[in-house]
Amino acid sequence: MSQATRVTPQASAEPVWVRRTLLTVALLFLTLFLFIPLLAVFYEALRKGLGVYLAAVIDPYALAAIRLTLLSAAIAVPLNLLFGVAAAWAIAKFEFHGKSVLITLIDLPFAVSPVIAGLLYVLLFGAHGWLGPWLGAHDLQIIFAVPGIVLATVFVTVPFVARELIPLLQAQGSEEEEAALVLGASGWLTFWRITLPNMQWGLLYGVVLCTARAMGEFGAVSVVSGHIRGLTNTLPLHVEILYNEYQFAAAFACASLLTLLALVMLALKVAIERRAVRQRQAALAVEAP
Amino acid sequence: MPRFRQPSVLPGFGLTLGFTLAYLGFIVFIPLALGFAQAFELSFAEFWRTVTAPRVVASYQLTFGAAFLAAAFNALLGLIVAWVLVRYSFPGKRLVDALVDLPFALPTAVAGITLATLYSSNGWIGQYFKLLGIKVAFTPLGVVVALVFISLPFVVRTVQPVLEDLEPEVEEAAASLGANRWQIFRRVIFPALRPALLTGFTLAFARAVGEYGSVIFIAGNLPMVSEITSLLIVSKLEQYDYRGAAAVSVVLLVLSFLLLLVINLLQRWGRIRQGWEQAS
Repeated sequence: MSQATRVTPQASAEPVWVRRTLLTVALLFLTLFLFIPLLAVFYEALRKGLGVYLAAVIDPYALAAIRLTLLSAAIAVPLNLLFGVAAAWAIAKFEFHGKSVLITLIDLPFAVSPVIAGLLYVLLFGAHGWLGPWLGAHDLQIIFAVPGIVLATVFVTVPFVARELIPLLQAQGSEEEEAALVLGASGWLTFWRITLPNMQWGLLYGVVLCTARAMGEFGAVSVVSGHIRGLTNTLPLHVEILYNEYQFAAAFACASLLTLLALVMLALKVAIERRAVRQRQAALAVEAP
Repeated sequence: MPRFRQPSVLPGFGLTLGFTLAYLGFIVFIPLALGFAQAFELSFAEFWRTVTAPRVVASYQLTFGAAFLAAAFNALLGLIVAWVLVRYSFPGKRLVDALVDLPFALPTAVAGITLATLYSSNGWIGQYFKLLGIKVAFTPLGVVVALVFISLPFVVRTVQPVLEDLEPEVEEAAASLGANRWQIFRRVIFPALRPALLTGFTLAFARAVGEYGSVIFIAGNLPMVSEITSLLIVSKLEQYDYRGAAAVSVVLLVLSFLLLLVINLLQRWGRIRQGWEQAS
Protein backbone atom coordinates (compact mmCIF):
# COMPACT_ATOMS: atom_id res chain seq x y z
CA MET A 1 0.00 0.00 0.00
CA SER A 2 1.01 3.57 -0.52
CA GLN A 3 1.13 4.49 3.17
CA ALA A 4 4.68 5.28 4.05
CA THR A 5 4.70 5.81 7.79
CA ARG A 6 2.53 2.96 9.01
CA VAL A 7 2.14 -0.55 7.81
CA THR A 8 -1.61 -1.03 7.71
CA PRO A 9 -3.25 -4.20 6.48
CA GLN A 10 -5.45 -3.70 3.45
CA ALA A 11 -8.59 -4.61 5.36
CA SER A 12 -8.33 -1.79 7.88
CA ALA A 13 -7.50 1.01 5.44
CA GLU A 14 -9.93 3.08 3.40
CA PRO A 15 -10.22 2.75 -0.39
CA VAL A 16 -7.91 5.11 -2.26
CA TRP A 17 -10.71 7.39 -3.48
CA VAL A 18 -11.97 7.91 0.09
CA ARG A 19 -8.48 8.76 1.23
CA ARG A 20 -7.97 11.25 -1.60
CA THR A 21 -11.34 12.87 -0.97
CA LEU A 22 -10.74 13.28 2.77
CA LEU A 23 -7.27 14.70 2.19
CA THR A 24 -8.60 17.14 -0.40
CA VAL A 25 -11.47 18.28 1.82
CA ALA A 26 -9.18 18.80 4.81
CA LEU A 27 -6.53 20.71 2.89
CA LEU A 28 -9.10 22.82 1.03
CA PHE A 29 -10.74 23.76 4.33
CA LEU A 30 -7.41 24.68 5.95
CA THR A 31 -6.35 26.60 2.83
CA LEU A 32 -9.52 28.69 2.80
CA PHE A 33 -9.58 29.36 6.53
CA LEU A 34 -5.90 29.36 7.55
CA PHE A 35 -3.32 29.59 4.78
CA ILE A 36 -4.98 32.22 2.58
CA PRO A 37 -5.70 34.54 5.57
CA LEU A 38 -2.10 34.13 6.74
CA LEU A 39 -0.73 35.08 3.31
CA ALA A 40 -3.28 37.87 2.91
CA VAL A 41 -2.01 39.69 6.03
CA PHE A 42 1.47 40.06 4.54
CA TYR A 43 0.19 40.71 1.00
CA GLU A 44 -2.06 43.56 2.17
CA ALA A 45 0.68 44.95 4.40
CA LEU A 46 3.24 45.15 1.58
CA ARG A 47 0.83 46.00 -1.22
CA LYS A 48 1.59 49.74 -1.20
CA GLY A 49 5.34 49.11 -1.00
CA LEU A 50 7.98 48.80 1.66
CA GLY A 51 8.05 52.56 2.29
CA VAL A 52 4.42 52.69 3.37
CA TYR A 53 4.98 49.57 5.48
CA LEU A 54 7.95 51.01 7.34
CA ALA A 55 6.25 54.39 7.79
CA ALA A 56 3.26 52.67 9.40
CA VAL A 57 5.45 50.64 11.73
CA ILE A 58 7.64 53.52 12.95
CA ASP A 59 4.75 55.95 13.24
CA PRO A 60 4.92 57.44 16.78
CA TYR A 61 1.41 56.23 17.62
CA ALA A 62 2.29 52.72 16.44
CA LEU A 63 5.45 52.75 18.56
CA ALA A 64 3.50 53.96 21.59
CA ALA A 65 0.99 51.15 21.00
CA ILE A 66 3.79 48.58 20.77
CA ARG A 67 5.28 49.89 24.02
CA LEU A 68 1.93 49.64 25.83
CA THR A 69 1.31 46.13 24.49
CA LEU A 70 4.76 45.02 25.70
CA LEU A 71 4.25 46.74 29.06
CA SER A 72 0.91 45.09 29.77
CA ALA A 73 2.28 41.68 28.78
CA ALA A 74 5.39 42.31 30.91
CA ILE A 75 3.15 42.86 33.95
CA ALA A 76 0.43 40.29 33.24
CA VAL A 77 2.65 37.33 32.35
CA PRO A 78 4.91 37.34 35.48
CA LEU A 79 1.87 37.86 37.76
CA ASN A 80 0.01 34.94 36.21
CA LEU A 81 3.19 32.88 36.24
CA LEU A 82 3.53 33.41 39.99
CA PHE A 83 -0.16 32.62 40.42
CA GLY A 84 0.12 29.50 38.27
CA VAL A 85 3.06 28.12 40.25
CA ALA A 86 1.41 28.84 43.61
CA ALA A 87 -1.93 27.37 42.53
CA ALA A 88 -0.27 24.27 41.05
CA TRP A 89 1.77 23.69 44.23
CA ALA A 90 -1.28 24.00 46.50
CA ILE A 91 -3.54 21.89 44.28
CA ALA A 92 -1.16 19.19 43.06
CA LYS A 93 0.90 18.58 46.20
CA PHE A 94 -1.84 18.59 48.83
CA GLU A 95 -5.20 16.90 49.37
CA PHE A 96 -7.89 19.24 50.67
CA HIS A 97 -11.63 19.79 50.53
CA GLY A 98 -13.06 21.85 47.69
CA LYS A 99 -10.12 21.19 45.39
CA SER A 100 -12.19 20.41 42.30
CA VAL A 101 -14.25 23.55 42.88
CA LEU A 102 -11.04 25.59 43.01
CA ILE A 103 -9.82 24.07 39.72
CA THR A 104 -13.13 25.00 38.08
CA LEU A 105 -12.94 28.55 39.46
CA ILE A 106 -9.44 29.02 38.01
CA ASP A 107 -10.90 28.26 34.56
CA LEU A 108 -13.69 30.81 35.04
CA PRO A 109 -12.00 33.64 33.09
CA PHE A 110 -12.05 31.38 30.01
CA ALA A 111 -15.82 31.05 30.28
CA VAL A 112 -16.43 34.80 30.65
CA SER A 113 -16.61 36.68 27.35
CA PRO A 114 -13.68 39.17 27.13
CA VAL A 115 -16.09 42.06 26.63
CA ILE A 116 -17.83 41.14 29.89
CA ALA A 117 -14.44 40.98 31.64
CA GLY A 118 -13.73 44.54 30.54
CA LEU A 119 -17.22 45.61 31.54
CA LEU A 120 -16.70 44.28 35.08
CA TYR A 121 -13.76 46.64 35.62
CA VAL A 122 -15.71 49.56 34.17
CA LEU A 123 -18.55 48.79 36.56
CA LEU A 124 -16.06 48.67 39.40
CA PHE A 125 -13.64 51.52 38.64
CA GLY A 126 -15.44 53.64 35.99
CA ALA A 127 -16.67 57.18 36.69
CA HIS A 128 -20.15 55.77 37.41
CA GLY A 129 -18.86 52.56 39.00
CA TRP A 130 -18.65 51.46 42.65
CA LEU A 131 -15.27 53.00 43.35
CA GLY A 132 -15.53 55.74 40.73
CA PRO A 133 -16.39 58.64 43.08
CA TRP A 134 -13.63 57.67 45.56
CA LEU A 135 -11.05 57.29 42.78
CA GLY A 136 -12.15 60.63 41.31
CA ALA A 137 -11.79 62.36 44.69
CA HIS A 138 -8.23 61.02 44.99
CA ASP A 139 -7.35 61.88 41.38
CA LEU A 140 -6.73 58.25 40.47
CA GLN A 141 -7.72 56.91 37.09
CA ILE A 142 -7.94 53.23 36.24
CA ILE A 143 -10.48 53.06 33.42
CA PHE A 144 -9.42 54.76 30.17
CA ALA A 145 -5.87 54.59 31.53
CA VAL A 146 -2.98 52.15 31.63
CA PRO A 147 -3.91 50.38 34.93
CA GLY A 148 -7.27 49.35 33.47
CA ILE A 149 -5.59 47.87 30.40
CA VAL A 150 -3.16 45.91 32.56
CA LEU A 151 -5.99 44.65 34.82
CA ALA A 152 -8.10 43.54 31.84
CA THR A 153 -5.10 41.74 30.35
CA VAL A 154 -4.36 40.00 33.67
CA PHE A 155 -8.01 38.88 33.96
CA VAL A 156 -8.21 37.19 30.56
CA THR A 157 -4.85 35.42 30.99
CA VAL A 158 -5.26 34.18 34.60
CA PRO A 159 -5.71 30.45 33.82
CA PHE A 160 -2.99 29.86 31.19
CA VAL A 161 0.02 28.90 33.34
CA ALA A 162 -2.00 27.26 36.14
CA ARG A 163 -3.85 25.10 33.63
CA GLU A 164 -0.62 23.70 32.17
CA LEU A 165 1.09 23.14 35.54
CA ILE A 166 -1.70 21.57 37.63
CA PRO A 167 -2.10 18.34 35.57
CA LEU A 168 1.68 18.12 35.10
CA LEU A 169 2.49 18.32 38.83
CA GLN A 170 -0.42 15.99 39.65
CA ALA A 171 0.98 13.39 37.26
CA GLN A 172 4.49 13.72 38.69
CA GLY A 173 3.40 13.12 42.29
CA SER A 174 5.50 14.30 45.24
CA GLU A 175 7.83 11.39 46.03
CA GLU A 176 10.93 13.28 44.86
CA GLU A 177 10.09 16.34 46.97
CA GLU A 178 9.37 14.17 50.00
CA ALA A 179 12.71 12.40 49.60
CA ALA A 180 14.55 15.75 49.41
CA LEU A 181 12.79 17.04 52.54
CA VAL A 182 13.45 13.86 54.50
CA LEU A 183 17.12 14.17 53.57
CA GLY A 184 17.12 17.63 55.14
CA ALA A 185 16.67 20.07 52.25
CA SER A 186 14.69 23.21 52.99
CA GLY A 187 11.35 23.85 51.28
CA TRP A 188 12.82 26.49 48.95
CA LEU A 189 15.79 24.36 48.01
CA THR A 190 13.45 21.45 47.22
CA PHE A 191 11.33 23.71 45.04
CA TRP A 192 14.29 25.16 43.12
CA ARG A 193 16.21 21.92 42.69
CA ILE A 194 13.40 19.36 42.27
CA THR A 195 10.04 20.86 41.35
CA LEU A 196 11.15 23.66 39.04
CA PRO A 197 13.40 21.49 36.81
CA ASN A 198 10.64 18.87 36.62
CA MET A 199 8.05 21.33 35.43
CA GLN A 200 10.22 23.64 33.31
CA TRP A 201 8.73 22.71 29.91
CA GLY A 202 5.15 22.87 31.10
CA LEU A 203 5.95 26.22 32.66
CA LEU A 204 7.47 27.60 29.45
CA TYR A 205 4.54 26.27 27.46
CA GLY A 206 2.11 28.08 29.73
CA VAL A 207 4.16 31.28 29.51
CA VAL A 208 4.13 31.13 25.69
CA LEU A 209 0.35 30.69 25.57
CA CYS A 210 -0.11 33.42 28.18
CA THR A 211 2.15 35.86 26.31
CA ALA A 212 0.42 35.26 22.97
CA ARG A 213 -2.96 35.95 24.50
CA ALA A 214 -1.77 38.94 26.55
CA MET A 215 -0.34 40.69 23.50
CA GLY A 216 -3.29 39.90 21.27
CA GLU A 217 -6.20 40.58 23.62
CA PHE A 218 -8.78 42.83 22.04
CA GLY A 219 -12.30 42.67 23.52
CA ALA A 220 -11.51 43.21 27.20
CA VAL A 221 -8.86 45.85 26.53
CA SER A 222 -11.06 47.65 24.02
CA VAL A 223 -13.78 48.18 26.64
CA VAL A 224 -11.47 49.71 29.29
CA SER A 225 -9.09 51.59 26.99
CA GLY A 226 -11.01 54.63 25.77
CA HIS A 227 -8.85 54.49 22.60
CA ILE A 228 -6.68 57.51 23.37
CA ARG A 229 -3.94 57.52 20.75
CA GLY A 230 -0.41 57.42 22.05
CA LEU A 231 -1.69 56.85 25.60
CA THR A 232 -4.12 53.94 25.96
CA ASN A 233 -3.92 52.19 22.60
CA THR A 234 -2.46 48.72 22.44
CA LEU A 235 -1.27 47.37 19.10
CA PRO A 236 -4.48 45.40 18.36
CA LEU A 237 -6.53 48.53 19.14
CA HIS A 238 -4.25 50.61 16.90
CA VAL A 239 -4.94 48.12 14.09
CA GLU A 240 -8.66 48.63 14.61
CA ILE A 241 -8.41 52.43 14.48
CA LEU A 242 -6.32 52.42 11.31
CA TYR A 243 -8.69 49.95 9.66
CA ASN A 244 -11.75 52.00 10.54
CA GLU A 245 -10.04 55.08 9.08
CA TYR A 246 -9.59 53.16 5.80
CA GLN A 247 -5.79 53.19 6.18
CA PHE A 248 -5.73 49.55 5.14
CA ALA A 249 -2.04 49.25 4.27
CA ALA A 250 -1.01 50.74 7.63
CA ALA A 251 -3.55 48.59 9.50
CA PHE A 252 -2.20 45.44 7.87
CA ALA A 253 1.39 46.55 8.44
CA CYS A 254 0.74 46.67 12.20
CA ALA A 255 -1.30 43.47 11.92
CA SER A 256 1.67 41.78 10.24
CA LEU A 257 3.81 42.52 13.32
CA LEU A 258 1.24 40.74 15.50
CA THR A 259 1.08 37.89 12.98
CA LEU A 260 4.87 37.48 13.05
CA LEU A 261 4.65 37.37 16.83
CA ALA A 262 1.96 34.67 16.58
CA LEU A 263 4.18 32.62 14.26
CA VAL A 264 7.12 32.94 16.68
CA MET A 265 4.85 31.73 19.50
CA LEU A 266 3.74 28.73 17.40
CA ALA A 267 7.37 27.84 16.62
CA LEU A 268 8.28 28.08 20.33
CA LYS A 269 5.29 25.93 21.21
CA VAL A 270 6.35 23.19 18.78
CA ALA A 271 9.95 23.32 20.03
CA ILE A 272 8.85 23.10 23.69
CA GLU A 273 6.49 20.20 22.96
CA ARG A 274 9.33 18.29 21.33
CA ARG A 275 11.67 18.91 24.27
CA ALA A 276 8.99 17.83 26.74
CA VAL A 277 8.39 14.59 24.81
CA ARG A 278 12.13 13.89 24.70
CA GLN A 279 12.47 14.54 28.45
CA ARG A 280 9.58 12.16 29.16
CA GLN A 281 11.10 9.47 26.97
CA ALA A 282 14.48 9.90 28.66
CA ALA A 283 12.82 9.59 32.08
CA LEU A 284 11.00 6.43 30.98
CA ALA A 285 14.25 4.96 29.59
CA VAL A 286 15.93 5.50 32.97
CA GLU A 287 13.05 3.86 34.86
CA ALA A 288 12.64 0.93 32.46
CA PRO A 289 15.59 -1.35 33.42
CA MET B 1 -14.32 16.41 62.82
CA PRO B 2 -12.97 15.69 59.34
CA ARG B 3 -9.70 17.41 58.67
CA PHE B 4 -9.61 20.20 56.03
CA ARG B 5 -6.50 18.73 54.49
CA GLN B 6 -4.57 15.50 54.76
CA PRO B 7 -1.20 15.75 56.51
CA SER B 8 1.92 16.06 54.36
CA VAL B 9 5.63 16.72 54.93
CA LEU B 10 5.68 19.27 52.11
CA PRO B 11 5.71 22.89 53.24
CA GLY B 12 4.01 25.94 51.83
CA PHE B 13 0.36 24.88 51.78
CA GLY B 14 -0.94 27.93 53.62
CA LEU B 15 1.21 30.35 51.66
CA THR B 16 0.36 29.02 48.19
CA LEU B 17 -3.34 28.39 48.82
CA GLY B 18 -3.68 31.77 50.50
CA PHE B 19 -2.00 33.55 47.60
CA THR B 20 -4.11 31.62 45.06
CA LEU B 21 -7.38 32.54 46.77
CA ALA B 22 -6.40 36.17 47.37
CA TYR B 23 -5.30 36.60 43.74
CA LEU B 24 -8.44 35.00 42.31
CA GLY B 25 -10.51 37.04 44.72
CA PHE B 26 -9.09 40.40 43.75
CA ILE B 27 -8.77 39.78 40.01
CA VAL B 28 -11.86 37.68 39.33
CA PHE B 29 -14.44 37.21 42.08
CA ILE B 30 -14.75 40.69 43.60
CA PRO B 31 -15.12 42.36 40.18
CA LEU B 32 -17.59 39.65 39.11
CA ALA B 33 -19.73 39.96 42.23
CA LEU B 34 -19.72 43.77 42.49
CA GLY B 35 -20.17 44.19 38.74
CA PHE B 36 -23.21 42.01 38.56
CA ALA B 37 -24.68 43.50 41.70
CA GLN B 38 -25.25 46.56 39.50
CA ALA B 39 -27.51 44.60 37.16
CA PHE B 40 -29.76 43.86 40.13
CA GLU B 41 -30.13 47.48 41.04
CA LEU B 42 -32.68 47.54 38.24
CA SER B 43 -36.22 46.61 39.25
CA PHE B 44 -37.34 43.24 37.92
CA ALA B 45 -39.63 44.88 35.34
CA GLU B 46 -36.82 47.10 34.07
CA PHE B 47 -34.39 44.18 33.98
CA TRP B 48 -36.88 42.07 32.03
CA ARG B 49 -37.64 44.90 29.58
CA THR B 50 -33.91 45.46 28.98
CA VAL B 51 -33.03 41.84 28.34
CA THR B 52 -36.08 41.03 26.19
CA ALA B 53 -36.04 44.12 23.93
CA PRO B 54 -36.41 42.95 20.30
CA ARG B 55 -32.93 44.18 19.35
CA VAL B 56 -31.39 42.28 22.27
CA VAL B 57 -33.32 39.08 21.52
CA ALA B 58 -32.24 39.28 17.86
CA SER B 59 -28.62 39.52 19.05
CA TYR B 60 -28.98 36.38 21.23
CA GLN B 61 -30.39 34.50 18.25
CA LEU B 62 -27.52 35.55 16.02
CA THR B 63 -24.84 34.92 18.67
CA PHE B 64 -26.00 31.47 19.70
CA GLY B 65 -27.17 30.45 16.22
CA ALA B 66 -23.91 31.45 14.52
CA ALA B 67 -21.83 29.90 17.33
CA PHE B 68 -23.78 26.65 17.00
CA LEU B 69 -23.36 26.55 13.21
CA ALA B 70 -19.64 27.33 13.45
CA ALA B 71 -19.06 24.67 16.13
CA ALA B 72 -21.07 22.06 14.18
CA PHE B 73 -19.17 22.87 10.97
CA ASN B 74 -15.89 22.58 12.87
CA ALA B 75 -16.98 19.29 14.46
CA LEU B 76 -17.31 17.76 10.97
CA LEU B 77 -14.30 19.40 9.30
CA GLY B 78 -12.18 19.17 12.46
CA LEU B 79 -12.80 15.42 12.58
CA ILE B 80 -11.66 15.11 8.96
CA VAL B 81 -8.57 17.27 9.60
CA ALA B 82 -7.64 15.24 12.71
CA TRP B 83 -8.17 12.00 10.77
CA VAL B 84 -5.97 13.15 7.90
CA LEU B 85 -3.25 14.39 10.27
CA VAL B 86 -3.14 11.12 12.25
CA ARG B 87 -3.76 8.47 9.60
CA TYR B 88 -2.36 9.77 6.32
CA SER B 89 1.03 11.06 5.31
CA PHE B 90 1.51 13.90 2.88
CA PRO B 91 4.23 16.47 2.20
CA GLY B 92 4.24 19.40 4.63
CA LYS B 93 2.23 17.52 7.23
CA ARG B 94 4.20 18.78 10.23
CA LEU B 95 3.87 22.38 9.08
CA VAL B 96 0.12 21.96 8.58
CA ASP B 97 -0.14 20.34 12.01
CA ALA B 98 1.67 23.28 13.64
CA LEU B 99 -0.40 25.88 11.77
CA VAL B 100 -3.70 24.42 13.00
CA ASP B 101 -3.03 26.34 16.25
CA LEU B 102 -2.74 29.67 14.42
CA PRO B 103 -6.23 30.88 15.47
CA PHE B 104 -5.18 30.49 19.13
CA ALA B 105 -2.04 32.57 18.62
CA LEU B 106 -3.28 35.19 16.16
CA PRO B 107 -4.87 38.27 17.78
CA THR B 108 -8.59 38.30 17.01
CA ALA B 109 -8.48 41.83 15.58
CA VAL B 110 -5.96 40.67 12.96
CA ALA B 111 -8.22 37.73 12.08
CA GLY B 112 -11.16 40.11 11.86
CA ILE B 113 -9.69 42.62 9.42
CA THR B 114 -8.13 39.86 7.29
CA LEU B 115 -11.33 37.82 6.97
CA ALA B 116 -13.36 40.98 6.28
CA THR B 117 -10.96 41.88 3.45
CA LEU B 118 -10.87 38.35 1.99
CA TYR B 119 -14.61 37.71 2.12
CA SER B 120 -15.83 41.17 1.00
CA SER B 121 -17.42 41.13 -2.45
CA ASN B 122 -14.18 42.18 -4.19
CA GLY B 123 -11.84 40.16 -1.92
CA TRP B 124 -9.85 37.08 -2.94
CA ILE B 125 -12.48 34.65 -1.70
CA GLY B 126 -15.58 36.85 -1.59
CA GLN B 127 -15.54 37.49 -5.35
CA TYR B 128 -16.22 33.82 -6.04
CA PHE B 129 -19.08 33.75 -3.58
CA LYS B 130 -20.40 36.88 -5.34
CA LEU B 131 -20.52 34.95 -8.61
CA LEU B 132 -22.75 32.44 -6.84
CA GLY B 133 -24.91 35.32 -5.64
CA ILE B 134 -23.83 34.90 -1.99
CA LYS B 135 -22.71 37.84 0.14
CA VAL B 136 -20.48 36.77 3.03
CA ALA B 137 -18.92 39.87 4.61
CA PHE B 138 -21.33 42.24 6.39
CA THR B 139 -24.04 39.56 6.71
CA PRO B 140 -24.80 36.90 9.38
CA LEU B 141 -22.88 34.44 7.19
CA GLY B 142 -19.77 36.58 7.78
CA VAL B 143 -20.27 36.13 11.54
CA VAL B 144 -20.25 32.35 11.03
CA VAL B 145 -17.06 32.56 8.94
CA ALA B 146 -15.23 34.52 11.67
CA LEU B 147 -16.44 32.08 14.36
CA VAL B 148 -15.34 29.07 12.28
CA PHE B 149 -11.85 30.59 12.10
CA ILE B 150 -11.42 31.34 15.81
CA SER B 151 -12.83 28.01 16.99
CA LEU B 152 -11.07 25.86 14.36
CA PRO B 153 -8.37 24.24 16.56
CA PHE B 154 -10.64 22.97 19.37
CA VAL B 155 -12.12 19.88 17.69
CA VAL B 156 -8.87 18.97 15.92
CA ARG B 157 -6.88 19.20 19.16
CA THR B 158 -9.34 17.20 21.26
CA VAL B 159 -9.92 14.42 18.68
CA GLN B 160 -6.31 14.06 17.51
CA PRO B 161 -4.80 12.50 20.69
CA VAL B 162 -7.70 10.04 21.05
CA LEU B 163 -7.30 8.96 17.45
CA GLU B 164 -3.56 8.52 17.98
CA ASP B 165 -4.16 6.26 21.00
CA LEU B 166 -6.69 3.98 19.29
CA GLU B 167 -5.40 0.42 19.15
CA PRO B 168 -5.12 -0.83 15.55
CA GLU B 169 -5.84 -4.35 16.82
CA VAL B 170 -9.48 -3.49 17.50
CA GLU B 171 -10.00 -2.42 13.91
CA GLU B 172 -8.15 -5.45 12.64
CA ALA B 173 -10.33 -7.72 14.78
CA ALA B 174 -13.47 -6.09 13.37
CA ALA B 175 -12.11 -6.48 9.85
CA SER B 176 -11.25 -10.13 10.40
CA LEU B 177 -14.80 -10.69 11.62
CA GLY B 178 -16.02 -9.44 8.25
CA ALA B 179 -16.89 -5.78 8.91
CA ASN B 180 -16.28 -3.41 6.02
CA ARG B 181 -14.45 -0.10 6.46
CA TRP B 182 -17.57 2.03 6.90
CA GLN B 183 -19.00 -0.37 9.47
CA ILE B 184 -15.71 -0.29 11.37
CA PHE B 185 -15.74 3.49 11.39
CA ARG B 186 -19.35 3.71 12.48
CA ARG B 187 -19.33 0.93 15.07
CA VAL B 188 -15.76 0.87 16.36
CA ILE B 189 -13.90 4.13 15.73
CA PHE B 190 -16.66 6.72 15.97
CA PRO B 191 -17.99 5.60 19.39
CA ALA B 192 -14.46 5.94 20.77
CA LEU B 193 -14.13 9.44 19.33
CA ARG B 194 -17.59 10.67 20.32
CA PRO B 195 -16.74 12.03 23.81
CA ALA B 196 -13.71 13.94 22.47
CA LEU B 197 -15.73 15.23 19.55
CA LEU B 198 -18.44 16.52 21.87
CA THR B 199 -15.85 18.12 24.17
CA GLY B 200 -14.27 19.86 21.19
CA PHE B 201 -17.68 21.02 20.00
CA THR B 202 -18.49 22.38 23.46
CA LEU B 203 -15.22 24.29 23.77
CA ALA B 204 -15.61 25.71 20.25
CA PHE B 205 -19.19 26.73 20.98
CA ALA B 206 -18.32 28.39 24.30
CA ARG B 207 -15.46 30.31 22.72
CA ALA B 208 -17.62 31.39 19.78
CA VAL B 209 -20.42 32.73 22.00
CA GLY B 210 -18.06 35.14 23.76
CA GLU B 211 -16.06 36.16 20.68
CA TYR B 212 -15.88 39.86 19.85
CA GLY B 213 -12.70 41.01 18.09
CA SER B 214 -12.86 38.94 14.93
CA VAL B 215 -16.60 39.32 14.44
CA ILE B 216 -17.10 43.08 14.58
CA PHE B 217 -15.08 43.75 11.44
CA ILE B 218 -16.81 41.23 9.20
CA ALA B 219 -20.35 41.41 10.61
CA GLY B 220 -21.44 44.84 9.38
CA ASN B 221 -23.09 45.21 12.82
CA LEU B 222 -26.59 46.04 11.59
CA PRO B 223 -29.02 46.09 14.55
CA MET B 224 -31.59 43.24 14.34
CA VAL B 225 -29.60 41.58 11.53
CA SER B 226 -25.89 41.16 12.16
CA GLU B 227 -25.26 42.58 15.64
CA ILE B 228 -23.83 40.12 18.17
CA THR B 229 -24.61 40.35 21.89
CA SER B 230 -21.03 41.30 22.88
CA LEU B 231 -21.21 44.31 20.56
CA LEU B 232 -24.58 45.28 21.99
CA ILE B 233 -23.02 45.25 25.47
CA VAL B 234 -20.23 47.54 24.25
CA SER B 235 -22.65 49.96 22.62
CA LYS B 236 -24.78 50.12 25.79
CA LEU B 237 -21.59 50.88 27.69
CA GLU B 238 -20.66 53.64 25.25
CA GLN B 239 -24.05 55.23 25.92
CA TYR B 240 -23.28 55.06 29.67
CA ASP B 241 -26.12 52.56 30.15
CA TYR B 242 -24.06 50.61 32.72
CA ARG B 243 -26.98 48.74 34.25
CA GLY B 244 -28.35 47.75 30.87
CA ALA B 245 -24.93 46.46 29.82
CA ALA B 246 -24.64 44.50 33.08
CA ALA B 247 -28.14 43.06 32.68
CA VAL B 248 -27.48 41.80 29.13
CA SER B 249 -24.11 40.39 30.28
CA VAL B 250 -25.80 38.45 33.08
CA VAL B 251 -28.22 36.92 30.58
CA LEU B 252 -25.40 36.05 28.14
CA LEU B 253 -23.39 34.37 30.90
CA VAL B 254 -26.39 32.49 32.31
CA LEU B 255 -27.51 31.33 28.85
CA SER B 256 -24.06 30.06 27.95
CA PHE B 257 -23.65 28.27 31.31
CA LEU B 258 -27.07 26.63 30.86
CA LEU B 259 -26.18 25.46 27.36
CA LEU B 260 -22.85 24.06 28.51
CA LEU B 261 -24.66 22.29 31.34
CA VAL B 262 -27.15 20.74 28.91
CA ILE B 263 -24.32 19.56 26.64
CA ASN B 264 -22.49 18.03 29.61
CA LEU B 265 -25.67 16.26 30.75
CA LEU B 266 -26.22 14.95 27.20
CA GLN B 267 -22.70 13.63 27.19
CA ARG B 268 -23.17 11.86 30.54
CA TRP B 269 -26.54 10.48 29.40
CA GLY B 270 -24.90 9.21 26.21
CA ARG B 271 -22.23 7.45 28.25
CA ILE B 272 -24.81 5.80 30.53
CA ARG B 273 -26.87 4.64 27.54
CA GLN B 274 -23.77 3.29 25.87
CA GLY B 275 -22.94 1.42 29.07
CA TRP B 276 -26.43 -0.10 29.07
CA GLU B 277 -26.06 -1.25 25.49
CA GLN B 278 -22.75 -2.88 26.23
CA ALA B 279 -24.13 -4.54 29.36
CA SER B 280 -27.19 -6.02 27.68
